[in-house]
Amino acid sequence: MLKYGFPLIAFFILGVLLFMGLGHDPKILPSPLINKPSPDFELPLLGETTKRVSKQSLLGAPYLLNVWASWCVTCREEHSVLQAYAQSSAIQVIGLNWKDNSDDAQRWLNQFGNPYHQVLIDPSGLTGVDFGVYGTPETFLLDAQGVIRFKHVGPLTEDVIEREINPRLTAMKMSKRS
Amino acid sequence: MNCNRLLTLLLCLFLQQAHAIDPLPFSNEAEAIRFQHLVAELRCTVCQNQNLADSNASLAKDLRQKVFELIQAGKSDQQIKDYLAERYGDFVLYSPPLKPLTWLLWFGPALVFLLGAGVIFFNVQRRKKTLSKHAQAIDDESL
Repeated sequence: MLKYGFPLIAFFILGVLLFMGLGHDPKILPSPLINKPSPDFELPLLGETTKRVSKQSLLGAPYLLNVWASWCVTCREEHSVLQAYAQSSAIQVIGLNWKDNSDDAQRWLNQFGNPYHQVLIDPSGLTGVDFGVYGTPETFLLDAQGVIRFKHVGPLTEDVIEREINPRLTAMKMSKRS
Repeated sequence: MNCNRLLTLLLCLFLQQAHAIDPLPFSNEAEAIRFQHLVAELRCTVCQNQNLADSNASLAKDLRQKVFELIQAGKSDQQIKDYLAERYGDFVLYSPPLKPLTWLLWFGPALVFLLGAGVIFFNVQRRKKTLSKHAQAIDDESL
């Protein structure tokens, strides 16, 4: 009986592990920056390059930093979700236009609508490297102290907002009160 | 063209290492070699089965540029690898660092091998005992 027991148990455990693995996308890299202060940045605004926005200037309230580009097809998928979220949410959605041409970016926003409170541009992609951006769209949740609390790779969905972003915002509010 | 010349030409083509070509202004040969080694050891996060040396992805080009700049700034190999691992995670390193989280990765195969060897050894011992018991029983009967 024992002779059959061990291989059977090992098979069962292996089966469970492999099954769990099916749910994971192997291409998504977990961010090493979670719960660490975000990198410093100072970037010009889209269309008003004389104005610059830095990490410092955004401190004081949590915000979503959404990395997008006009050439990114998947970004269109999340656009309506972002639009709805920006309108209903108490926190700002800041856009980071990554490795893009400013004219194309402006045209994209004119065509699809602008959900962003502000749009920062990073045409060289160097700020993106500091944030560990490897493909658009990516969305970061930063808290009032500029610490990265969450990163989502891929288009933002209502499910992600419900399960990951809102609970963290609630937790932030509660800890502020205490 | 005769056979020899053709063969030599083909041989030359195959001996070339495949690189994504970026004409970067290295100060000297040692630097260029260091750069080649580094980008061969770093994974491209976009085309994740290629290293930075081979990948044509736009991000790979940016990261190669960044590695070049860091070499120029006098950073050591380890500092450059740390710089990228801080931002993209240990996955960018083809040779993952040895730390508690990666112990299973490094020692796992050896452990499994030992386990398997142990099982085989145990079984062989058991069979030897059973065989010798049988042999004993046959001996006893024949007496």
